[in-house]
Amino acid sequence: MKPFRMLGRSIRDAVKSVIRNFSLSLASISCITITLIIVAVAIIASLNVQNFTEAIEKDMTIVVFVDNDSDEDDVKEIEKEIKKISNVEKYTYQSKQDVKAKMQEESEVFNTVLNNWNDEESPLKDTFQVKVKKIKRIKQTAEKIEKIDNVAIVRYGEGMVDKMVSAFSSVEKVTYGIVIALVLVTIFLIVNTIKLTISARKREIKIMRLVGASNITIKLPFIIEGMILGLFGSIVPVLIVTYGYLAFYKHFDGYLYSKLVQLIKPEPFIYQVSLVVIGIGILVGMVGSARAVRKYLKI
Amino acid sequence: MDLIRIRNVEKKYKNGVTAIYDLNLAIEKGSFVFVIGGSGSGKSTLIKMLYREEKPTKGQVIVGGLDVAKLKNKKVYKLRRKLGIVFQDYRLLPKQTVFENVAFALECIGERRDIIRTKVLKALEDVGLKNKVHEYPDNLSGGEQQRVAIARAIVNDPKLLLCDEPTGNLDPEKSMEIMKVLESINKMRGTTIIMATHDKEIVNKMKKQVITLKDGHLVKFKQKGTYVE
Ligand SMILES: Nc1ncnc2c1ncn2[C@@H]1O[C@H](COP(=O)(O)OP(=O)(O)O)[C@@H](O)[C@H]1O
Ligand SMILES: [Mg+2]
Repeated sequence: MKPFRMLGRSIRDAVKSVIRNFSLSLASISCITITLIIVAVAIIASLNVQNFTEAIEKDMTIVVFVDNDSDEDDVKEIEKEIKKISNVEKYTYQSKQDVKAKMQEESEVFNTVLNNWNDEESPLKDTFQVKVKKIKRIKQTAEKIEKIDNVAIVRYGEGMVDKMVSAFSSVEKVTYGIVIALVLVTIFLIVNTIKLTISARKREIKIMRLVGASNITIKLPFIIEGMILGLFGSIVPVLIVTYGYLAFYKHFDGYLYSKLVQLIKPEPFIYQVSLVVIGIGILVGMVGSARAVRKYLKI
Repeated sequence: MDLIRIRNVEKKYKNGVTAIYDLNLAIEKGSFVFVIGGSGSGKSTLIKMLYREEKPTKGQVIVGGLDVAKLKNKKVYKLRRKLGIVFQDYRLLPKQTVFENVAFALECIGERRDIIRTKVLKALEDVGLKNKVHEYPDNLSGGEQQRVAIARAIVNDPKLLLCDEPTGNLDPEKSMEIMKVLESINKMRGTTIIMATHDKEIVNKMKKQVITLKDGHLVKFKQKGTYVE
């Protein structure tokens, strides 16, 4: 029972002093709020980027065009060589007739154009569609396939994903920089808020020491005060995450630009992100107050 | 049985001042001891070493079986729970009532609410302030404020009560009131009391044990002593 009593007392004291130093508390809370909004947006953005780059990567294929004058045996030879490459996950073969049929199916224009060609004149080629295991090594794999006899051309995403990922990652780096700077400013503000509380309660703390309060009893209210500041600071960011992302998702119907760029479904995503945001808020508050306690309480 | 044993204790402050030289003392349980001497003779330093506000630079200070000098900062609270301390300047919380001020000492160590109530009322009765429970310190006389401080110091039934010039801010009449309260605590509760003072009149009237310090040296330790320079 005793720990609960002490905790109850500490929480009461903490709430009291948040109210007593209202303007400084509000400054800390606002700073935490701004930081957490940016953190939340960064988390949501980077998880979504991760989500759809993975999806795109899964979709990435190497298309291998076979020389027009090669016969069935040559094709079999190519297949054997492709099979040997370790990074190849699976592959499918499409003859030029298959390709033609597929294209005709897809569009009326293609249909009429393609009907005018017989097999000899057709610009279409027999193809292999190759999926790789490691997308990072797709370039090397494509180069290997290109060296195989009777292979005419090899095509793949050609760094499209690479470029996209690197663009996102540089945006991410800038965001992290801003977040770290903001977290530091926030901690500084919290340290000062708690410092004020400590100095306002100097007399009380002195008496507490005299009558035999343990260090944890003396420290706890201040630590909790920091955590409360963090908790209050995460309210607005959580609302923004929840309602903002829901609205965003609805507005774009779950996709960005194309069907390829799919957004993460709001549930349970927003709740997970909210929990993380609250966690970060409380943690930042705790770190700030712990620093202040160590620096100004000297126990 | 000795409650306090001090062996070969020296206290030298960081600025180079030596406040106590080679002190040896034993104080029995239940005794009432004055520590006297002129200003700067080391009375407060001796008291501070007993509640581990200061550490001796040499020697041993043992209070109720605890070796105070060896006590880690984190464990000081264990010592503090065994003793009560009273100062010249009362050190009350002005925004809290008499009851709350005394209860504070027990709340800080996580005592149960019903026990707090009983103990606080008993302590306030012992110092004769039962009728001022809901007053604020600012509405009390100096003597009454000091009695609140004494109630706070004894509320946890300490074995030892340390007083550093508790009558320093009071006129002779109020001072004697305080002394009566302390004497009855010593008699009724069996609390050992050590009181630093430079008030001759009090010491001579009370006829208690007297430790005389001069420039950090122990001059005399007499049973039923009087104030001699
Ligand atoms: N915190 C301190 N730092 C340095 N010197 C101190 C400190 N406290 C007391 N002193 C010195 O130690 C000596 C004894 O002081 P003190 O114990 O306060 O004497 P008393 O209480 O008898 O007046 C004095 O010379 C005083 O200046
Ligand atoms: Mg003194």
